[in-house]
Amino acid sequence: MNYVIIGNSAAAVGTIEGIRQIDKTGKITVISDEKYHTYSRPLISYWLMGKVTDKNIYYRGADFYEKNGVETRFDTRVTKIDPAAKNVVLADGSTVPYDKLMVATGSKPFVPPMNGMEKIASCHTFMSYDSVKAIKAEVKPGMKVLIIGAGLIGLKAAEALNEYKADITVVDMADRILPSILDVRAGSIMKKHIESKGTKFILGTSVDEFSEHSAKLKNGATVDFDMVIIAVGVRPNTELVSEAGGKVERGIICDLTQKTTIDDVYAAGDCTVSHDASSDTDRILALLPNAYMQGEVAGRNMAGAETKYENAIPMNAIGFFGLHIITAGSYDGEEYVEEHGNNYKKLVFKDGLLKGFILMGDVKRAGIYTSMIKERIDLSDVDMDMLKERPQMMMFSKARREEKLGGIKR
Amino acid sequence: MKKVYVNEDWCLGCHLCEFTCAAANSGAPDMIKAFAGGKKPVARIQIEEGDKINFAVQCRHCDAHPCVKGCIAGALSVQDGVIVCDEEKCVGCYTCVLSCPYGAIVIDEAGHKIRKCDLCTRNSHGEPACVKACPNNAIVFEER
Repeated sequence: MNYVIIGNSAAAVGTIEGIRQIDKTGKITVISDEKYHTYSRPLISYWLMGKVTDKNIYYRGADFYEKNGVETRFDTRVTKIDPAAKNVVLADGSTVPYDKLMVATGSKPFVPPMNGMEKIASCHTFMSYDSVKAIKAEVKPGMKVLIIGAGLIGLKAAEALNEYKADITVVDMADRILPSILDVRAGSIMKKHIESKGTKFILGTSVDEFSEHSAKLKNGATVDFDMVIIAVGVRPNTELVSEAGGKVERGIICDLTQKTTIDDVYAAGDCTVSHDASSDTDRILALLPNAYMQGEVAGRNMAGAETKYENAIPMNAIGFFGLHIITAGSYDGEEYVEEHGNNYKKLVFKDGLLKGFILMGDVKRAGIYTSMIKERIDLSDVDMDMLKERPQMMMFSKARREEKLGGIKR
Repeated sequence: MKKVYVNEDWCLGCHLCEFTCAAANSGAPDMIKAFAGGKKPVARIQIEEGDKINFAVQCRHCDAHPCVKGCIAGALSVQDGVIVCDEEKCVGCYTCVLSCPYGAIVIDEAGHKIRKCDLCTRNSHGEPACVKACPNNAIVFEER
């Protein structure tokens, strides 16, 4: 069997490890337009702030490809998938044949058109190892940095640049921060926390016009800067599949085996649409664990096993300036909320199930809640006072504990 | 594979397993030195106490290991069936805390890292120290 993988991040690594669980000898070729050994994309902010070394940014050990019998073609761009000829076409016009193909192309920064953008002296995105290397080469203490976007990427960039004593302003069209994972109240607690570390926010407005070193905002304010970082969002890289005739909506459409609508072509990670089991809706779940697990399932199926990827839910674990957040699931339902200082807890119930939660500050043992959402644990079997108090195995029936902790199979 | 199991009907909730675990993984030669001078080494086993029952929870070294699959740093891996953490690689994002259905991954707030049970395979004990420490044989190390 001849496997070809386009991409070299978490979904690609999951695919390789999935294939090798089943097929120890088939040929695997990884084609990546980046020049690096597989590295962890979420670690780029940690690298920029000096918490992760050049060696530790790598997602797998130096011998990973050799150990898994993988041929790598780095710094190489795929321009076309030809499903009829069963090959992929490279930028230099040459072709690479496949029996099974994985599209793990991820996403790219979304840069909306803004007036005067071309005049900005130093404009960056925050998505790849190369992007943080370019930022690091320029950053100096006291440097004025304007970040467009108060989401996960923009605020991770702010946290990293704060280590350089940069003077940081974050502008976002929304009137709150981290709307993809936090509710209004938790967002406001986190905003105060980040402001206390020196980062300034200007919310509810956007840039009217850029000049070389300043931005005029629609609310009339002007922000001077030495560097701009655009972090308003990402868009999935779906073109290869759509141009080959595969079904693409917001992302690449796959079945539960991660196969696209094209025979022998699979996809995984941020370029795909997932089914969110907590809200029963289809959406892009651009999360590293999701990418890895989709890749692993795809790899197993590509190698002939029959494995389905089910029970995907949105989930995030992230911290900013030492304040941690763990969230999972969806937030439509009856709420239970507790707040003490920077500690915030919201649990959301619907149809007799835990559907979602937000934990900020004290995030200990959050995975017990996550498992209840994924496994759709019937709350009538759960001690609700204990559930609200904290995540604990004590809230479950003795039978479930015996199964979970005692190795008793039922 | 042999794993650590807890009998909740026998657990006294004495927390000896926690202290022993913390000391065993602290690198100190004994319990006194491990806790000397107000040091608070972190236990990778945690007691849950109830009105009538108590029990200890630690890593189940489960086949699904969502912690390993979700680790953004590639710090968690399975070595001969034992889930281990490369603490040098861990960045303290707590994605594993989010993922573990048992709540078995412990946060070391001082170190901004996670700590987890590795069945004492990488300290000087060689066998799970919590098992030897349990005065009521409520914790066992066996094949099930």
